Amino acid sequence: MDDTPQAPARTADEREREVVIRVRGLEVGFGEKTIMKGLDLDVYRGEILGFVGASGTGKSVLTRAILGLVPKRAGTIEVFGEDLDGLNPASRRAIERRWGVLFQHGALFSSLTVKQNVQVPMREYLDMSDRLLEELAMLKIEMVGLSPDAADKYPSDLSGGMIKRAALARALALDPEIVFLDEPTSGLDPIGAGDFDDLIATLQKTLGLTVFMVTHDLDSLHSVCDRIAALGEGRIIASGTIEDMLASDHPWVKAYFHGKRARAVMAE
Amino acid sequence: MNSGPAIAVDERGGDMRFVVSGRWTAPHAAEVERLAATLLEEARGGGSVRIDISGIERLDTLGAWVLDRTRHELGDRGQRADFVGARPEHQTLLDEIAYRGFQEPTRRKSSRIVDFLVDVGRTVVEVGKDFMRGVSFLGEVVAALVGVLLNPRRFRFPALVHQLEHIAFRGVPIIALISFLVGAIVAQQGIFQLQRFGATPFVVDLVGILILRELAVLLTSIMIAGRSGSAFTAEIGSMKMREEVDALRVMGLDPVQVLIVPRVLALIIGLPLLTFLSMMSALLGGGLVAWVYGGISPEIFLARLQGAIALSTFLVGLIKAPFMALVIGLIASLEGLAVQGSAESLGRQVTSSVVKAIFMVIVVDGLFAMFFAAIDY
Repeated sequence: MDDTPQAPARTADEREREVVIRVRGLEVGFGEKTIMKGLDLDVYRGEILGFVGASGTGKSVLTRAILGLVPKRAGTIEVFGEDLDGLNPASRRAIERRWGVLFQHGALFSSLTVKQNVQVPMREYLDMSDRLLEELAMLKIEMVGLSPDAADKYPSDLSGGMIKRAALARALALDPEIVFLDEPTSGLDPIGAGDFDDLIATLQKTLGLTVFMVTHDLDSLHSVCDRIAALGEGRIIASGTIEDMLASDHPWVKAYFHGKRARAVMAE
Repeated sequence: MNSGPAIAVDERGGDMRFVVSGRWTAPHAAEVERLAATLLEEARGGGSVRIDISGIERLDTLGAWVLDRTRHELGDRGQRADFVGARPEHQTLLDEIAYRGFQEPTRRKSSRIVDFLVDVGRTVVEVGKDFMRGVSFLGEVVAALVGVLLNPRRFRFPALVHQLEHIAFRGVPIIALISFLVGAIVAQQGIFQLQRFGATPFVVDLVGILILRELAVLLTSIMIAGRSGSAFTAEIGSMKMREEVDALRVMGLDPVQVLIVPRVLALIIGLPLLTFLSMMSALLGGGLVAWVYGGISPEIFLARLQGAIALSTFLVGLIKAPFMALVIGLIASLEGLAVQGSAESLGRQVTSSVVKAIFMVIVVDGLFAMFFAAIDY
């Protein structure tokens, strides 16, 4: 990020904060095609980072690369100060327990009920009584704003918004320190999306979460994100607060944050 | 730094005071639960309780839930309990969690016998409905076929060729191989048994009639039910799951015509071809074994075969093939369309597709055997 001319100088405050995800010189590609090259990114503890970029620039690929679902060609990824390449399987699992992921389409296990979905990671990793398992799963389900009777439904019986909420409940099952949200509000109505933003902000405050959010929703960027990073040309082309983004003179960032839709949001 | 959860009792003054410290987090779940139970036990019979949580290092939803639950349980026993010294962030979390009882899902009580009877009844009704669905689906497919015949431009020829390649062409090696082996095995056993009566040459009659009338078509049908029937069900089922079938419907395309007619037609064309291949391959295997084990040279084998079988023997086997194909195609498509939203349901329908198809193939074969016996063919 430091070598990108558009990146605004970081404030002293930002420098002092703990970096939970540090990506350096990341290169990812498929076959002949290079999706990203020399990408640097820092995510600080306790912030909500909004991640924007044109379709096909590799926002989801970057998320998947950090999660280890896509192989990288070069570069290092450090999470909680540990290089993910240098870890043995046990310490890698220990790191995986500390993050939760909300996939774009929910990725709920279709043969389990919502409650069972939430209980999967709990059963696997935590040692607790059946009563507590039951109560905690219901608690998470209520925390994300689902009604208790949704707990025994199967994913195929849920609406799009309910699937996102159920998937968030599963992502939060282990009280992770970082949550990755891939387009959490896409496909939700504006009121539902607004509720979801509030929910993420509340959870971030109460649980001290670090949130890494890929989104196209200008409202979310405006209302809940502490910091925004824009991906383009295979690297971070701009990052900073919404004001920094508005001040950026990169053509794509300009078009994004000064477009007709963006102006409508900013005018509020 | 990394200290587990702990509770210390501090009995100064009138109130009971518990000092809670350490990490009240999910990785220490078992310890957290145990400590909370001890706290409840220790406080039994006392007056009001103060829980000092200022020493908590870390608190997550699990810890907060258990603490708040304990406080409520004390309250239910008539002991007033309060948290003291909560840090602001812990207080927010405790407020957010706010313990409430969850209703246990009520389970319907029933006796085992009634359950069993209900199960049997339901299965019988399902079998009946299955049969009705099969018949009505047969009607739909025939109607779609007639529609295609009346308007051949609507027929998807490339789809048919594609399906033929997958069903017939790619099935050639495995069908040829197993038929060869089964032919060889039947011949070998035939030779061993017939030797005892000094009737070794009759093995040619045995192999020829058995293979041409029954074995080739049965083997091929069962193989295709497993190979292509399962593939149909999985393809159509996953299209159903991802709403692709609905997408076809709203575009005004008939899923039966687009998806099922080419597949069923390809089966009806492909299965007789494969059956013929299977016959030849099995005869080859049988002939080879007859030569090696029974000393029947190929010339004698062929000459005897000509005497043993008539054209009808060959036709009996081949006539059955298109019917088998229709049965397999209908069952596979029907099961595919019955797939619901979950991955589990896809697995269930594929299994049931293969099992039903193989079962029906054998039933149909039996019906044909009775039919041909009755008309003396």
